Amino acid sequence: MATSSGDKRLERVISNLLRTGVLLSGLVVLLGGILYMVRYGNNPVAYAQFHGEPEIYWSLSAILKPVSELKSRSIIQLGLLLLIATPVARVVFCLVGFAFERDWTYVAISAGVLIVLAISLFVL
Amino acid sequence: MTILEFTPIVFVISLFAGFLGSLTGLGGGVVVTPALTILLGVDIRYAIGASLVSVIATSSGAAAAYVRDGYSNMRIGMFLEIATTLGAVYGAFLATHVPVSALSIVFGVVLLHSAWQSNRQHKEGAPHLANDPLSRRLRLEGSLGGGTTIEKYRAGRVKTGFSIMFAAGTLSGLLGIGSGALKVIAMDQAMRIPFKVSTATSNFMIGVTAAASAGIYLSRGYIAPGLAMPVMLGVLCGSLMGARLLPRMEVKTLRRVFGVVVGVMAIEMIVKGITGG
Repeated sequence: MATSSGDKRLERVISNLLRTGVLLSGLVVLLGGILYMVRYGNNPVAYAQFHGEPEIYWSLSAILKPVSELKSRSIIQLGLLLLIATPVARVVFCLVGFAFERDWTYVAISAGVLIVLAISLFVL
Repeated sequence: MTILEFTPIVFVISLFAGFLGSLTGLGGGVVVTPALTILLGVDIRYAIGASLVSVIATSSGAAAAYVRDGYSNMRIGMFLEIATTLGAVYGAFLATHVPVSALSIVFGVVLLHSAWQSNRQHKEGAPHLANDPLSRRLRLEGSLGGGTTIEKYRAGRVKTGFSIMFAAGTLSGLLGIGSGALKVIAMDQAMRIPFKVSTATSNFMIGVTAAASAGIYLSRGYIAPGLAMPVMLGVLCGSLMGARLLPRMEVKTLRRVFGVVVGVMAIEMIVKGITGG
């Protein structure tokens, strides 16, 4: 029992994936944050009333365009999308890792989690 | 207040949230949501969006260390994620048919009781090596420590744990928060998994549960970039600090911290239920 050498390797891969995802998204958010603070730092805070963020801050195609024009909040939002994608990528990497170990039970379990995730992201 | 004054305050609050969240496996929402709404007067919907960001950041930030050090058990986490994600989808379907404020009160009382339980019982002895055939077949096992002090454990009462996880997912779909607490309780008290493995594996799992609802929150416009920025950066730094501390922390202390945080969360839930927020 205990963890086999394949498991140890998978643990390293997943750990590195999570660290990369977190660092990358953190850097993108930091960059956007600095730009945002420089541009809007002296403006008053306006979160007391809910307006709903406009679509340019969440739809993928709309986010990617303003990034090229260096809109600070779109850069932050791109970083947030990278952050949200990290745990999903983790499930995909686990699935592949379990397949390398020929642990078909856990390939099926990982696939199940992915399917439910896809349903909750795209159907609901 | 200007953005230049507001942002550092949110960063410091989030630092604390990430630190506590990564140690207890609860995510940062327990601290972030009330601090933003009560202290800083942020609209609850922006606060919920920020809280979602904080949960994902805590989870991924700390799990990188926990997975490497063997505290997060990937098989246990992945197996139980089936239950929590299914539960979350079910909860989203139920949301329109269930009196949410009454449910908040009931859940708050359940949490208060669990917070009490997790501190009362358990003499921390040798890890539990359950002789459960289902657990053996699914390899819900692992080992802690290194050198001569390797301690093996295997999860027990798999079906009970799986059912509580389904309930945890359903509640998180219905109420937005609180799934981390039930996850730790299911692993610790039902499946008898070592406490640090329970909190670290819960921490590993909550990112996926939260990512599942991210699409809904984004499309409703709950996630404000200017607010999410200091939350995410603060929580990330805090969760990295928490992940460094966990290996050196005494289980008894950790249980006490967990009990206090869950207790606070329970009171938040009850107040929310009564005021109809």
